[in-house]
Amino acid sequence: MMWFNIAKAQSFMPTQGTEIAKQVDNLYGFLLVTSLIACVLVIGGMIYFVWKYRRKSPNDKTAYISHNTALEFLWSFIPLVIFLAVFGWGWYIYHQMRAMPENALEINVIGKQWAWEVEYKNGYKTVNEVVVPINQDVKILLTAADVLHSFYVPSFRIKQDAIPGRYTALWFKADKLGEFHLFCTEYCGTSHSGMIGKLRVVSREDFDKYLEQGQEERFLPLAEKGKKLFAVKACASCHAVDHPGAMVGPSLFQKFGHEEVMDDGTKIMFDENYIRESILEPNKHIVKGFPKGVMPTFQGQLNENELSALVEYVKNLK
Amino acid sequence: MANTKAHGDNYINFEKGIWSWLTTVDHKRIGLMYFITVMFFFLIGGIMALLLRLELFAPNAAPNVGQILANGDVYNQVMTYHGAIMVFMVIVPGIPAILGNFFLPLQIGAKDVAFPRINLLSWYCFMAGAILAIATFFTTKIDTGWTFYTPYSIRTGTATAMMVLAAFIMGMSSILTGLNFIVTVHKLRAPGMTMHRMPLFIWSLYATAILQMLATPVLGITLLLLAVERFLGIGIFDPKLGGDPVLFQHFFWFYSHPAVYIMIIPAMGIISELITTFSKKVIFGYTAIAYSSLGIAAVSFFVWGHHMFVSGQSETTGIVFSFLTMLVGVPTAIKMFNWVATFYKGSVEFRSPMLYALGFMFLFAIGGVTGVMLATLPIDVHFHDTYFVVAHFHYVMVGGTLMALMGGYYYWFPKMFGKMYNETTARISFVFIFIGFNVTFFPQFILGAMGMPRRYFDYIPAYENLNKISTVGSWLILIGFLVGLYTIVQGLMKGEKAPMNPWGSKTLEWQTSSPPPHDNFSVEPVVTAGPYEYR
Ligand code: HEM
Ligand SMILES: [Cu+2]
Repeated sequence: MMWFNIAKAQSFMPTQGTEIAKQVDNLYGFLLVTSLIACVLVIGGMIYFVWKYRRKSPNDKTAYISHNTALEFLWSFIPLVIFLAVFGWGWYIYHQMRAMPENALEINVIGKQWAWEVEYKNGYKTVNEVVVPINQDVKILLTAADVLHSFYVPSFRIKQDAIPGRYTALWFKADKLGEFHLFCTEYCGTSHSGMIGKLRVVSREDFDKYLEQGQEERFLPLAEKGKKLFAVKACASCHAVDHPGAMVGPSLFQKFGHEEVMDDGTKIMFDENYIRESILEPNKHIVKGFPKGVMPTFQGQLNENELSALVEYVKNLK
Repeated sequence: MANTKAHGDNYINFEKGIWSWLTTVDHKRIGLMYFITVMFFFLIGGIMALLLRLELFAPNAAPNVGQILANGDVYNQVMTYHGAIMVFMVIVPGIPAILGNFFLPLQIGAKDVAFPRINLLSWYCFMAGAILAIATFFTTKIDTGWTFYTPYSIRTGTATAMMVLAAFIMGMSSILTGLNFIVTVHKLRAPGMTMHRMPLFIWSLYATAILQMLATPVLGITLLLLAVERFLGIGIFDPKLGGDPVLFQHFFWFYSHPAVYIMIIPAMGIISELITTFSKKVIFGYTAIAYSSLGIAAVSFFVWGHHMFVSGQSETTGIVFSFLTMLVGVPTAIKMFNWVATFYKGSVEFRSPMLYALGFMFLFAIGGVTGVMLATLPIDVHFHDTYFVVAHFHYVMVGGTLMALMGGYYYWFPKMFGKMYNETTARISFVFIFIGFNVTFFPQFILGAMGMPRRYFDYIPAYENLNKISTVGSWLILIGFLVGLYTIVQGLMKGEKAPMNPWGSKTLEWQTSSPPPHDNFSVEPVVTAGPYEYR
């Protein structure tokens, strides 16, 4: 079975972070080699024949060979056998991917335009960063807040769509420490290509420490808690906080206490109430130069305490 | 300006004036009208492709700091129009509407299609849909991708409903063409032409017509439901209202997977014609090729779920669809082997249509084997919605269908226009397109294997080099098409007069003058043997 590995070296697949990844790569290596053989046979055969039987004079006589049943049966049957073998092998691996292990560590992930919201069982929330312990079955429970997204970690060879109004799940057991890319592969609008996260595989101890730190953040001062929320709720994917440039939405940098011009020409004071209104009813007043209907409402997703924290944070962007 | 009476001796000069074209019921003229309009859309779609590639030449420094295109939204719009135009306005209608319309009656020895007026109507449907589709560009533009997946397509503040209506109207055109072809094949064959004496291009158009008639209505209804959902919000697809967003994908692919075969089966038909003609040899396994078209058409209805392996459908569903998809591979492989076997002991002439046929086989082989990879469940989980898929479908649709279409153009150019094109520039054009194509799309397989998702207007630096190569390739393709355009224009203006049968082909369309007279044949042909009796 050496040649699978040779093929793999040429397959440009990303690092294998799980056992399943190795299995997938073996099958892929097999397919790569058989495909190569098939292409060499077909394309090579074609080139050989067209060259050998190229037209030598305008009245060349050609053979009258209309068919050959035995040959035709053979070349239908052999591909069929290969395809079915590949299918069976694929089924075997796919079944392992889909069979959820019991007692897995469960992590909830919500896809939203345009960030991954991650929530651990103890209530700790992060955004665009999933941290998991090594050598442990992890089950990701997925859903989406707005449109379809797809959770994809190339190094683990896993992918699953996140669907609003429904849970889907995937599992993995990482066996390599390190940091891996997490992409969104289901097109989800403007910043689809910016919806990139990290999946960090750490040791058991580091994982426990990580969760503890998360716990402590509950006791942060108001503005810092707001800062955290600003990231978790993915406000940061659309609003700049350290420069005045517009992103998807207007920058919030140094806005507090200044007047803002709306698309109907009126001016509104950027004060606490305006911040609050913008979070809960974003489309009531639209800042000049920005399209309506882009920012989702956060009505029902934040409690009063969290709202105050966000207002406090935005107030302090100086 | 009604019919100018001085009737010329061929279909082009038969009547004069733009009005005589816009009201014509001559299938050849309608074919030419499709030719001009479809090529125009191809140009627009192509310019957009170049823009997309330019944008992807390098990753952006910061979000929303576009390089060529202003920002992500603009990229997404261009990506959507490129895809939608190329699929609905170029590749799907391309072969049946242009070459099918022109050559189906000629190849079966008929005077016209069965319903000439419906034929004209289908062109008007196509134009109405196309104009509506282009018009969305001047409103809010759409940014859903050509697949219109819900719930994004319900929520986005863009002209989805209008675009969907446009696709619906173009679908009508496709259905009408299919209907017309089926009846024509059954009713209007020349005396002596049994089904088994039909050229393979006709078989392929016949299989395609069945697909067009059966699958397109599903798309139509799906798109109407989408429009209804947008306007009335009755909760079919929108999860907020209790609808099922994945249901849309089932509906959509129930059309769009067969649509892939609407694109490729006629291409296979053309390739069969080119290969026998330029090997001067009877095609190997005529019956197998003819029936495998029907076989592919039949099975293609049962494989749509392979687009949805990671959509949350059940494990069993995935397995069933993977299995059925493998079965489609077989008739496809059969055709490849038949073509190769046809060369054996033939007399192969490397005219430019033949170069396109060989290019087709090369690219289609790669498109085909990567298709098997995508049909394999766990491999698809990794590749789904990455650049691997982008590379695969470009190999099949562009490398396959477009190559065949180009080969068909050169092959039938003398018949359509009565002029010969310049062989040298045609070959140069082919070489640039072929090399450029591989330089553009081969690296995308690797990008996909490395994990680069599709529909990304920006990417991580690790993907940069391969994207650069890919973009440079798109410039080579551009050069190739410019040389090709030159060849066509030069041939039309200055080409030598074409003889009746410049390639020594056996099929009926070559038994009439070039260009053909208004009613195709001066004497009704009588068929006494199979279509490829080279002895
Ligand atoms: C010069 C040739 C072409 C180039 C350089 C090119 C390039 C591209 C690029 C960069 C994308 C976006 C991929 C993504 O981000 O997912 C794309 C998508 C696409 N292209 Fe092309 N393309 C070419 C020709 C064609 C042709 C002739 C067709 C017709 C069949 C076609 C059909 C499509 C489709 C259907 C999509 C998908 C759009 C979507 O994701 O919604 N392309 N192409
Ligand atoms: Cu997303």
